[in-house]
Amino acid sequence: MATTDSQAVVSQSKSGSQNSVLWEIDIFPREGYPNRIADQISADAADLQIHANLQLDAAHGYLLQGDLTKQQVEQICAELLVDSVVQCHVIAKPGDSEISGQRNGLTSLIHVRPKPGVTDNEAESARRAIVELGFDVTAVQTLRKYWLPELPAEQLELICQKILANDSIEQVTVGPLQLSQIELGQPYEFQLHTVDLLNADDQQLQNISRDWQLSLTLIEMQTIKQHYQSLNRNPTDIELETLAQTWSEHCSHKTLAGRIRYTDENGTRQFDNMLKETIFAATQKIRADLGENDWCVSVFEDNAGIVRFNDTHNLAFKVETHNRPSAIEPYGGANTGIGGVIRDTLGTGLGAKPICNTDVFCFANPSTDVSELPPGVMHPRRIMKGVVAGVRDYGNRMGIPTVNGAVYFDQRYVGNPLVFCGNVGLIRTDRSHKQPQAGDLIVAIGGRTGRDGIHGATFSSAELTDASEKESGGAVQIGNAITEKMVMDVLLAATDENLFNAVTDCGAGGFSSAVGEMAEGLGAEVWLDKAPLKYEGLSYTEIWISEAQERMVCSVPPENWERLNEICSRESVEATIIGRFLPTGRLSLNFNDQEVGDLDLEFMHDGRPPVVRDATYTPKPIKQQPSIEADHSQTLHKILASPNVASKHWIIRQYDHEVQAGSVIKPLVGVNNDGPSDAAVIRPILDSRQGVVISCGMNPHFGDFDPYQMAASAIDEAVRNCVAVGANPNRIAILDNFCWGYTDRAETLGALVRSALACYDVAVAWKTPFISGKDSLNNEFTYTVDGKSTTISIPSTLLISAMGQVSDVSQCVTMDLKESGNLLYQVGLTHDEFGGSHFNLVNEIDGGAVPQVDIENALKTFHALHTAIAAGLVRSCHDLSEGGLAAALAEMAFAGGWGIDVRIDEIDGDCSTTKLFAESNSRFVCEVKPEHESAFVEQFSDAPIFKLGRVSSDRQFLIKSNQQTLIQDDIDSLKQSWRNTLDWN
Amino acid sequence: MANVTALILRSPGTNCNDETQFAFELAGASCEQVHINQFLEQPKIAQKFQILCIPGGFSYGDDVGAGRIMAAQMRQRLAEALQQFRDAGKLMLGICNGFQVLMNSGLFDENPTSERSVTLTWNNNGRYEARWVNLKTKTDSCVFLRDTDLMYLPIAHAEGKFVVRDETALNSLAQNGQLALAYCDPSQNGNGALLPFPINPNGSDQNIAGICDPTGRIFGLMPHPERFVDPTHHPRWTRQGLDTKPDGRVIFENAVSYFA
Repeated sequence: MATTDSQAVVSQSKSGSQNSVLWEIDIFPREGYPNRIADQISADAADLQIHANLQLDAAHGYLLQGDLTKQQVEQICAELLVDSVVQCHVIAKPGDSEISGQRNGLTSLIHVRPKPGVTDNEAESARRAIVELGFDVTAVQTLRKYWLPELPAEQLELICQKILANDSIEQVTVGPLQLSQIELGQPYEFQLHTVDLLNADDQQLQNISRDWQLSLTLIEMQTIKQHYQSLNRNPTDIELETLAQTWSEHCSHKTLAGRIRYTDENGTRQFDNMLKETIFAATQKIRADLGENDWCVSVFEDNAGIVRFNDTHNLAFKVETHNRPSAIEPYGGANTGIGGVIRDTLGTGLGAKPICNTDVFCFANPSTDVSELPPGVMHPRRIMKGVVAGVRDYGNRMGIPTVNGAVYFDQRYVGNPLVFCGNVGLIRTDRSHKQPQAGDLIVAIGGRTGRDGIHGATFSSAELTDASEKESGGAVQIGNAITEKMVMDVLLAATDENLFNAVTDCGAGGFSSAVGEMAEGLGAEVWLDKAPLKYEGLSYTEIWISEAQERMVCSVPPENWERLNEICSRESVEATIIGRFLPTGRLSLNFNDQEVGDLDLEFMHDGRPPVVRDATYTPKPIKQQPSIEADHSQTLHKILASPNVASKHWIIRQYDHEVQAGSVIKPLVGVNNDGPSDAAVIRPILDSRQGVVISCGMNPHFGDFDPYQMAASAIDEAVRNCVAVGANPNRIAILDNFCWGYTDRAETLGALVRSALACYDVAVAWKTPFISGKDSLNNEFTYTVDGKSTTISIPSTLLISAMGQVSDVSQCVTMDLKESGNLLYQVGLTHDEFGGSHFNLVNEIDGGAVPQVDIENALKTFHALHTAIAAGLVRSCHDLSEGGLAAALAEMAFAGGWGIDVRIDEIDGDCSTTKLFAESNSRFVCEVKPEHESAFVEQFSDAPIFKLGRVSSDRQFLIKSNQQTLIQDDIDSLKQSWRNTLDWN
Repeated sequence: MANVTALILRSPGTNCNDETQFAFELAGASCEQVHINQFLEQPKIAQKFQILCIPGGFSYGDDVGAGRIMAAQMRQRLAEALQQFRDAGKLMLGICNGFQVLMNSGLFDENPTSERSVTLTWNNNGRYEARWVNLKTKTDSCVFLRDTDLMYLPIAHAEGKFVVRDETALNSLAQNGQLALAYCDPSQNGNGALLPFPINPNGSDQNIAGICDPTGRIFGLMPHPERFVDPTHHPRWTRQGLDTKPDGRVIFENAVSYFA
């Protein structure tokens, strides 16, 4: 039975028989079928300008260790590993000349395999399946093989390093593989370690923090030392690690929740807890103002924020960043990023069912020349491909539709790509709160613990350098979506039966963070030797802080344990009691009946000295918008082709956006299903027409002018995207994700505080509550060339994610023009706002005023538009963002397959360029049937609208002013420009 | 109508089970979701159902190849139960990953114990692809496709390219009426030539999107009919309105009404 099999540990020879043999299976495509691995490598080599036309051969394969004859291995291939219709294979002992010689004249043979201890999911699945077939196999490893032509040693090394293998997780063998068994973990010999803090001076304290990768400041180290002085003993290593993890920026948000003295042109303001006094305060005020109509359920206290949806269900929403791991290993980083945020909603309340994902990325331009890259960074194209594949493979396998996203390009992301992963969950109203009880068992469910991701929490709080790629390999986790899917299935079944009092996920910091948080205000004792391991050799501290993926921790009343274990084991999911909650106020860590750590929970959670920072902001002088002579049509083509605006179909089509069968508005819409939707709409309950709307807003370029307006604009964009498809403006919840540079610099932190102030102002005015958020600070990259050190800081980046609601999805609208003869209206005012605009970007000019948000009037506009949409008066609606009116009209036209005949004279103002391309906020274009015109206009008594013209019956894109033609083009050529930039193979 | 029951077979990584159940229920069936572990322990459980459906997803993570591990379990340990189910005149449906499982189980081969003559392999473009496709019914013998001609359904897969080992195998499939469902361009009268991407989204031989066994009672298809059972599922419902009957429903209705 599979259950018992899952208890078996893949380990060294003691479980293997004496006749253990190692076999290698190489699998190739049959003649006439493409070699996908080789083709991909060749394309990557060309992409990265390492080799224009690399000819190579490649195979994937397996190493099988066990008491197996060659004939048995043949059987395993036929039954399981090889698809003989399209594949052929070779079986031999590793190093055998049959599989180690040249192929087709290609002489350089390279093997790539996972490093020892790195999770090898496919091998584990194969091993279990082979055992089930009845064969005696003790260990399996996957491998890839490449045959390359004779190349200069330097070039070969570059290809290995940059394309064939990722040396943070994989090992490369050049030439025949000399191997008689698969290397696995060594047995662990227990030894208790203490760290001598009592005798350490300040310098030594700092050295300890650095050498142990604790990322603790001197003041924090001194505080810990004083604490242990009062106890008259030194901390054990596990205690010090637990404190470092709990106090890390990643887990405690100590900078933004710290004491900040902020100074700007309006004076100085002292914050005791900046986040509490801005973002959280906004939500508190909104909830108080709404009184009985408060629809927030749980905000800023659980893994995800929760709001009301209907009488039976609430919605949970969380967006996380996974930036540092994605910089080092894009696939694994993004993979575990999405896996982690799914666990966040799954571990919210008593378990939410994940219903959709949203993913937003920031990269340097993927067409960057290799020679322009700083040392130690991966090419942005490779990062982007890896990140997209990582999100794709995890999200798709989890069966959670990825419905929304955005990609933003700026060269300053070259060393610090940003990866935001979000997940929405549906949760029963009576399962929305959690509270562990004294006496509850601490139960770990899901994946086993290995040596992966040690120090992720502390690593992700530090700055990246050109050495990070080498030093931080251990911080890379490997995800296994199917394990998480299995955990999700049993956890949701268990929560239906109400079997636990609390659940949380193991994220950064592993058990340390999960158990440490749950035990707060209570107490716990943990038996680390009970935790199931992937392989032997882990120390008690490694078990405690490992960030191995796909693990959840539940607080289970003892009487429910048996039933919970039954639910888990019938689906081959491992559940293990690793401790219990006790009302001691202490965290007692034990290994084989010996106490290895005893922490005072109060000191752990509240003992950290507050971070005290200065923050300053000096308004930038407004630079005049340079006046330029640019052809409007050319400008429009350039904007549509710029990577931020260009079609993202290459990404979107790789995501399953319809699984769970609730898709209402897809990310691509229109007559050919290829226009850019403003937001996604799903129906999470199959027999209901109630909908959830997901959108986002982000404008890093505005932040270069004024972070306040950047933040206000991001909220405006996220909200208007939601409203554009039909969301009710009274029911939009938002999340903040701040990704910033080095916030110990007063100006950098000042920019952040300034945007937080905007968040407060806009949220309160619109009654749009923040319900959750996450920050990622110190996103800077330092490298050294010829002894000269250079630092690149990311642009201040605030992602606002919005979750709206519609009572009946049949009221929703999309952005594609529907019928010729319909009327076109602009909703909202255009101002002379070009700062940070795409008009300036593509024309390579700098200056202008950054778009502002007219907070009061924007709200009136949103409400008027919503009323019109809900009344069925709007055939299509699109928000105006990058590229302004011209870009929005172009997208609507080619998505709908209709031309337009528009005059912009009615729009307030006198500059055509401004009317066409300015990026003022809170604006839309609406398509209205002639018979609905007067009813539509009536809705806007409080908000400005301007008649533009008509949808035409041909494919002409015509915009005029007075009698002058400003743009005359055809929609197919505009669409071509928009589609081509990121239309990758 | 008699109560028709459907077994929705789950495995680690199955993820379309709930919406597939919902589609069967809309068609009037009562459903039970059964985990593969339970089925392996009690193969007889299948006897009380009329329809066995393997929904979409990633059984065992698609590790070692889509559908292969679950198919090995079915061949090794459930062959008898499946044979009985088939001989009892009951229906089997495999959607997407479920089709991959049925294919690797040998249920479409004349001789299930010999080497496979058909397979589903990597899409021509080498990656996962989600999009809507036009489909044309090519056989009269498939129970699930009765009275259908053209359908519009979404696909979402990486390994959906239908490949036949050789001419002999192809002829035999054609003669048996097994080439059931094909990607098509509704504006053209197809002459059987290989259609280009994205009309044929993965490069399948003969543009094949689904096949049945010679009895017409076992059917597998790459597209997802359960994702088009509500008018709001259609990618262009905001253009054409909500009045048309969703194409996916008929497949489930045909299965249920077969037992009426």
